[in-house]
Amino acid sequence: MSVLELDGELVRRARELAARAAAPVVDLARTHTTVSVERAVLRLAGLTGTDPVLGDGEVPWVNRVVDAVREQVGLEHGVALPVWHALGRDGSLQELAEQVGAGTARFSIPADPEPARLAARAAVATGMARIDANRARRDELVALHGDPPRRPWIYLIVATGDIYEDIPQAQAAARAGADVIAVIRSTGQSLLDYVPEGATRTGYAGTYATGENFRLMRAALDDVSAELGRYVRLTNYASGLCMPEIAVLAGLERLDMMLNDAMYGILFRDINPRRTFVDQRFSRMVHARAGIIINTGEDNYLTTADAVDEAHTVTVSQLLNETLAHEAGLADWQLGLGHAFEINPAVPESFRLELAHALLARGLFPDAPLKWMPPTKHMTGDVFGGYLLDGFFNLAGALTGQGILLVGMMTEAVVTPWLSDRDLALRNVRYVLEAAGNLHEDFAPRRGGFIDRRAHTVLTEAVQLLERIADHPQGLIQAIADGTFGITKRSPDGGKGLDGVARLAAGAYNPALELMERVDA
Amino acid sequence: MPENGHVGHPGPGSVVRPYGDTTGDGMVQTSFTLPVPPGPRAEGAALQLANKMGIEPAMVVHSHGIGEQFTFFVVYGSVRHLVDLDAVQVEERAYPLLSPGEVNAAIKSRLRRSLVVLGACIGTDAHTVGIDAILNLKGFAGEKGLEYYREMQVANLGAQVSVPELVHAARARRADAVLVSQVVTQKDAHLRNTRELAGAFREAMGEERPLLVVGGPRFDPAMAAELGVDKVFGRGTTPGEVASYLVHALVPTEEPA
Repeated sequence: MSVLELDGELVRRARELAARAAAPVVDLARTHTTVSVERAVLRLAGLTGTDPVLGDGEVPWVNRVVDAVREQVGLEHGVALPVWHALGRDGSLQELAEQVGAGTARFSIPADPEPARLAARAAVATGMARIDANRARRDELVALHGDPPRRPWIYLIVATGDIYEDIPQAQAAARAGADVIAVIRSTGQSLLDYVPEGATRTGYAGTYATGENFRLMRAALDDVSAELGRYVRLTNYASGLCMPEIAVLAGLERLDMMLNDAMYGILFRDINPRRTFVDQRFSRMVHARAGIIINTGEDNYLTTADAVDEAHTVTVSQLLNETLAHEAGLADWQLGLGHAFEINPAVPESFRLELAHALLARGLFPDAPLKWMPPTKHMTGDVFGGYLLDGFFNLAGALTGQGILLVGMMTEAVVTPWLSDRDLALRNVRYVLEAAGNLHEDFAPRRGGFIDRRAHTVLTEAVQLLERIADHPQGLIQAIADGTFGITKRSPDGGKGLDGVARLAAGAYNPALELMERVDA
Repeated sequence: MPENGHVGHPGPGSVVRPYGDTTGDGMVQTSFTLPVPPGPRAEGAALQLANKMGIEPAMVVHSHGIGEQFTFFVVYGSVRHLVDLDAVQVEERAYPLLSPGEVNAAIKSRLRRSLVVLGACIGTDAHTVGIDAILNLKGFAGEKGLEYYREMQVANLGAQVSVPELVHAARARRADAVLVSQVVTQKDAHLRNTRELAGAFREAMGEERPLLVVGGPRFDPAMAAELGVDKVFGRGTTPGEVASYLVHALVPTEEPA
């Protein structure tokens, strides 16, 4: 593998600063809970379904129960103690939910928490056992069918809005060479404070993430994996207001990768920073337990900012994502840290700059399966130029040892990909990987040369930015408020979802956290 | 486009044909997919379609199967159609393109207060790339965004702003202009959202409503009236064009007495 010899002292300094910048955020996450974290606990204990009476029947029981607990006794003790106290010796969660629907459920914090604590832990342990079994099952299937024959894994997006259309498209994509299928979510889903239920057929520019949709797609990909003799992975999005719950559903339905960025929701969706950091820690602990590879969203920075001027913000975000992921128990092999090929092709030496940035990421995170994202910003509708640009993107991916390659479409920004667009895009990838997949063996950027110097410039700028973030009294969260990331200023008290955050009281109990932390220890 | 009988020698004036390598050869290339398994029958089907598209003679220069049920084709050939340049209608820009300095000077001397601009992505559309390109300091296509204009007070509300929120914000900030960008076009969401926007502002503020400007890659600039807004910008619009339009629409042509 061609790697840059990075300045070890600079790398060490960068990691130390990232950890320091993230520390206050980790404290925040450890001392708070959210409605979505608590709903995730109930999902792990097996509560499903929606209240048929409310609205159009779209409000899940987990929302109804958590809201009722919050109304009656507050959220600061977590829902486990009041819920399992209310259940008593042999009540069922489903019955309790229906009592909430009828308005007859009464919650209180038990004087002796021990019985409720034991019962809650036993209930949540059943969900955790299912997640563990899924992880073991994935290992079995990978052993049986095999991994893709080479790196990078080829990652393709399906997005029709209808799960029953997605399934044949995903299977066709797998047969055509895709190793990873991502089902893009319906555009509005990040800002929904509940997870829709059941198989869904109407989404905007994507398909809703639901437990049932996950199950249907995973089963379809299991079939095609057996047919192809290659385990085809499934990806979805643990982001937005329901990050923890979607992580749990992913674990319960054996998804393999999840988009899960520490700051994306804050910067790009205006979700409250506190809410995001609490939710992301829980969701990452679930992903760690489930053996899921996370994909972070640094590519997004470059779609709004200049890919040369702001290259260091990608590095900073990668380092922050890494430190937060490690803290939550994720191993290096689970860190699909993102970056993208977004430099304006009219910039002189743009390809060499791309190689420098990609090699910097490779050198900084040698054991992480980096996620390499294709050009979008400079895809102009010139499909011929775009096809060439995607070819260079593929070449950069092969040359710099990227782990996961999202297949670029020449019709980016023109139409949602046609059947033929996907086919042509996969031909492009196949050609490049077959023609030059091992070129990295011969490719070593000269020490002190253009690529080497550029990578060190970006790393130095990243360290300077990290210094500014780490020096903030509240670290990262205050840096975001001050607009340090250049894109937007997001105040700790602004954005959507803050009212769903509660500071934990003494004696608060979350059985899921207890079960997950026990394994890590 | 009506067929014109004799096509051998289009005159040098206003009638043209596509150009391959010889004037008047009419050559075009196109590609498409048919839901037909690959083979001679598929190629015949592609030729039939090409002929019906006016490409005659047509050559299927390439075809390959996509899975077992579909075939992709690349077709070259000569189209019979003529293009009458006199009949082409385009919306010419009805206002001069100004530099940032000229925009600032116009606002300062003729409006004599800041021009308040509010931007957002509405509906479920989370693609702020359009509104950001126009508003962010960073700008687009080498031009700085509206935040760069000293005499403009710009607020970007970001993604997935509801129409009522936008109306409320426009009122609270006494916005002169509201800019909305729309990227997602599935099921014509961009058109539906724009009509909803126009309706909501009409209902809430009537004649007092701010100037409504929408933009996005799939909008037709000729649709403004139909959608109930003041201006529609299409693909490739730059911040300078938007700023120039705002001056044209909102700043009096004479300095106040």
